[in-house]
Amino acid sequence: MVVQALAFYLFASILVLSAFFVITARNPVHSVLFLILSFFNAAGLFVLLGAEFIALTLVIVYVGAVAVLFLFVVMMLDISFADLRKGAMQYVPMGLVIGAIILTELVMLFGAWQFAPGAGQNLAVPVVELVDVTNTEALGQVLYTNYVLAFQVAGLILFIAMIGAIVLTHRRRPGIRRQVVSKQQAVRGEDVIEIRKVTTGTGA
Amino acid sequence: MASEELLIQYLPILLFMFIACAISVAMVFGSILVAKQKPDSEKNSAYECGFEAFTDARNKFDVRFYLVCLLFIIFDLEIAFLFPWAVSLKEIGMFGFWSMMSFLGILTVGFVYEWKKGALDWE
Repeated sequence: MVVQALAFYLFASILVLSAFFVITARNPVHSVLFLILSFFNAAGLFVLLGAEFIALTLVIVYVGAVAVLFLFVVMMLDISFADLRKGAMQYVPMGLVIGAIILTELVMLFGAWQFAPGAGQNLAVPVVELVDVTNTEALGQVLYTNYVLAFQVAGLILFIAMIGAIVLTHRRRPGIRRQVVSKQQAVRGEDVIEIRKVTTGTGA
Repeated sequence: MASEELLIQYLPILLFMFIACAISVAMVFGSILVAKQKPDSEKNSAYECGFEAFTDARNKFDVRFYLVCLLFIIFDLEIAFLFPWAVSLKEIGMFGFWSMMSFLGILTVGFVYEWKKGALDWE
């Protein structure tokens, strides 16, 4: 138990610290690296909670893909960050106002929050006891049957994301020769090669 | 907190993490402590074959990397959905099987689209 508690405090403190550095680091690339560190620590916290699948998905998807995407975004922008920071102080009052509004909303929300009467039953879907089966198995037993609608909607959202990404960023460049294998295969010798008899001495 | 039996399996990973941290800290700080350091401006500047450094080492990336990465994420997530399905295929029966097939079908349509559109070609 002591190791668990120690691990929890280790992960949690590194998580909070690295999240703090994400917003304070001067170099945006460093921010992204701190973000990756905080993802790793969040995965550690999930393991401590017993949610192995979520933890490893966090590492695979967030660290492996989303963080790389963030890095690309940061490196694609050609903004001088010093210039950007120059005028930033004039927006501080507005930022404080918006922050205060959101904070008030959060406080009001949590002050008056109570669960709807039936919510507890809705949450308790027939998840098998985690003693008998592993985490991933328990998830699989409900995700594809009880939650089939949500699952298919997830598929559609991924589909739309794919189409959207292609439509937004893909452009055909004209005048670029591509390799078309079928065309290469279809070329016949007599179409491209012409054999001429050249008599000796007449040249050219 | 989860049960002890589950977490005890992760203990080696925790130990490896500590070992990795210790080794990397030892390497960085060991070289600072042990090595003789006399820095000057020439030693600290970037070495570029005897020239002055021409430009910044950070270049703008092509936006096409971003497209490739986005497409990678989508199929990465698809794989993440496949794991629990594969593990529990025996329990969820034909319905679960076909629900996954329809999910894969939707994404395959997208895959065919991106292939035909040439989004996977670098040019």
